[in-house]
Amino acid sequence: MKSTSEIGAVAVAPAKAGYRSMLENVLPVLVALAIAAVVGDVLILTFGESPANVYSLLVEGTWGNFYGIGQVLYKATTLTFTGLAFALASRAGLFNVGAESQLAMGGFAAALMGYLLPASVPGVIAVVLCVCAAAAGGSAVAAVPGALRARFGASEVIVTIMLNFVVLALLNWLVSSHFHVIETLHTLPINSGRVSRLADMFLAFRGSAANWTMLLAIAAALISTWFLFRTRAGYELRVVGLQPDAAEYGGVSVPRVLFSTMALSGALAGIGGVNFVLGYKGYYEEGFAGGAGFLGIAVALVGRNHPIGIVFAALLFATLSQGGLAVNALVPKQLTDILTAVVILAVAMSVPEVQRQIRLSTARALAMLQTSTSRAEGKT
Amino acid sequence: MIVLVFLLQTIRIAIPYLLAAAGGVMSERVGVIALGLEGLMLSGAFGAALGSYYGGNAWAGLLGALVAGLLTTSIIAVATLRFKANQVVVGVAINLLIVAATRFFLRLVFDSASNSPRVAGFGGEGAANAMLASFANPVVWIGLLALPALSWLLYQTPFGLRARAVGEKPEAAATLGIAVGPLRLKGLLLSGALASLGGAYLALDQHQFTDSMTAGRGFIALAAVIFGRWEPLRVAVACVLFAAAETLQIQLQGAQLVPSQFIEMIPYLLTIIALAGLVGRSVAPAALGKSE
Repeated sequence: MKSTSEIGAVAVAPAKAGYRSMLENVLPVLVALAIAAVVGDVLILTFGESPANVYSLLVEGTWGNFYGIGQVLYKATTLTFTGLAFALASRAGLFNVGAESQLAMGGFAAALMGYLLPASVPGVIAVVLCVCAAAAGGSAVAAVPGALRARFGASEVIVTIMLNFVVLALLNWLVSSHFHVIETLHTLPINSGRVSRLADMFLAFRGSAANWTMLLAIAAALISTWFLFRTRAGYELRVVGLQPDAAEYGGVSVPRVLFSTMALSGALAGIGGVNFVLGYKGYYEEGFAGGAGFLGIAVALVGRNHPIGIVFAALLFATLSQGGLAVNALVPKQLTDILTAVVILAVAMSVPEVQRQIRLSTARALAMLQTSTSRAEGKT
Repeated sequence: MIVLVFLLQTIRIAIPYLLAAAGGVMSERVGVIALGLEGLMLSGAFGAALGSYYGGNAWAGLLGALVAGLLTTSIIAVATLRFKANQVVVGVAINLLIVAATRFFLRLVFDSASNSPRVAGFGGEGAANAMLASFANPVVWIGLLALPALSWLLYQTPFGLRARAVGEKPEAAATLGIAVGPLRLKGLLLSGALASLGGAYLALDQHQFTDSMTAGRGFIALAAVIFGRWEPLRVAVACVLFAAAETLQIQLQGAQLVPSQFIEMIPYLLTIIALAGLVGRSVAPAALGKSE
């Protein structure tokens, strides 16, 4: 009697675990989207417009034509990088709130590299060099909170936030006093390293900023998945996030993992700058990050810190961002910014709640199983 | 005379920092990370403009600021206390939410993308000395007294003792019969009220609300909280120090001795250095950011 129930439990366990993690990860997002839709309805009604009209305009302006699709893909590319940056750090138990300045520094480094390289350098080599420069720029910014956390235990949350202001002020000074084109806030255009746009190959995307950097974003997501779940370093990173003491006991140098994870996270955010600099404008411009660094937190949260989930979450938030412009004729474009914030809040609230409910129901099921087993044992 | 002008200008700049930082200290001492200060201030500023516009005087503006600030606080409280949401994420989301929401309602109420119409402030107009006249503003006095009063509240009253206990060791506090959740809620509400007054000062002083008018002041206040090691009186000194640096920057404008960007960095750099423990270690309340 007892042995059969054990076999049953073993057989059921994997299927149940998969279902459970599905529930844990997908349910909060669905709940959040439902809440955001209701909030959106209310806001649209206060403006005296019809929610159906506004939402259909939103879909038409984003996924309804090639220009809209191109813009969504362009925005999702940067968001994928900042989302991956946040998620990777988060898996190690670190909060990298500094993607905004890491992204900006990455863009600046790429623009500087592209400007310094002569036009005669072959395109592929120039792009690789610019991407490396962007990674190094972002990584250098993130290394500071990484080192302070690893060495002194200083809260990386506060250091990254404070460093955002320092780095953005520094870039502002560098650009406005040394590198800018007169009467603008951008640098001279790069000589080499441009990434071609989708429109160059498919005319339908004409006018949109979508460019082949998005393939780099997809590659980054795939490599991150492989790194996190298939390599020793990725395993160590996750162990440090789940149980730092156990990791230390198991021979992992926790400070080293913390530092290198922050550096890697910053590199990912930095590469995001390539999308704007190499793929869109061809120069660094003050304020190009425009909140994409902070939105990375939302992307990682909704993508449940999984690289593949992040790609989809990036598309969602890019759609909201572009959708705001599409509905601006009827309601202020800030409507979708509000909805973005509501989604973040709702996911942040429902994740622990869903986990609590699952824990409760599992405990209840276990208790029932135990009583029925002991009753059965009592009979034999 | 130059010294006096410098001092008065420093105080004027310091008032919103003092108020927001008082809110920050209160929130963090009960164990909730105060990343939403910027959003709280901005909602207070918008509420002040709204109240003053419809009420016709600055007192209605203060009321409006408190209502808006407490509404914002209640979102933070529900998210962090009831649902145990991650406090860093909630803080970031609140800041995004309030920037977007104030822009949305600016369009809805005043049909403008950038600013509200002119609203009533606290006197000071037509006075002989505009600098001194700013002391007719009650918010200035609330700002000057907020942190000393908070110091008294935290260290001399039963509420303060309980608040500190909840921020350091919530389990022990709970064992002694302190209701942790309600106490944190009280701390958060006080925090939100103080920070929103900081925003109200800005809007009433400039006689209007402008888009994103807090311009990072909430984060400078947060820097002051950490640089002042969560001790109200030290935090007050930090606020005045940061304000003095800003005044210096304004006074030196045109002299071009140091690029203004480097003076802007001072509060943030000092805070990073303090966190690293290079100049007297900043140690946060033990239970800060832990939801359970």
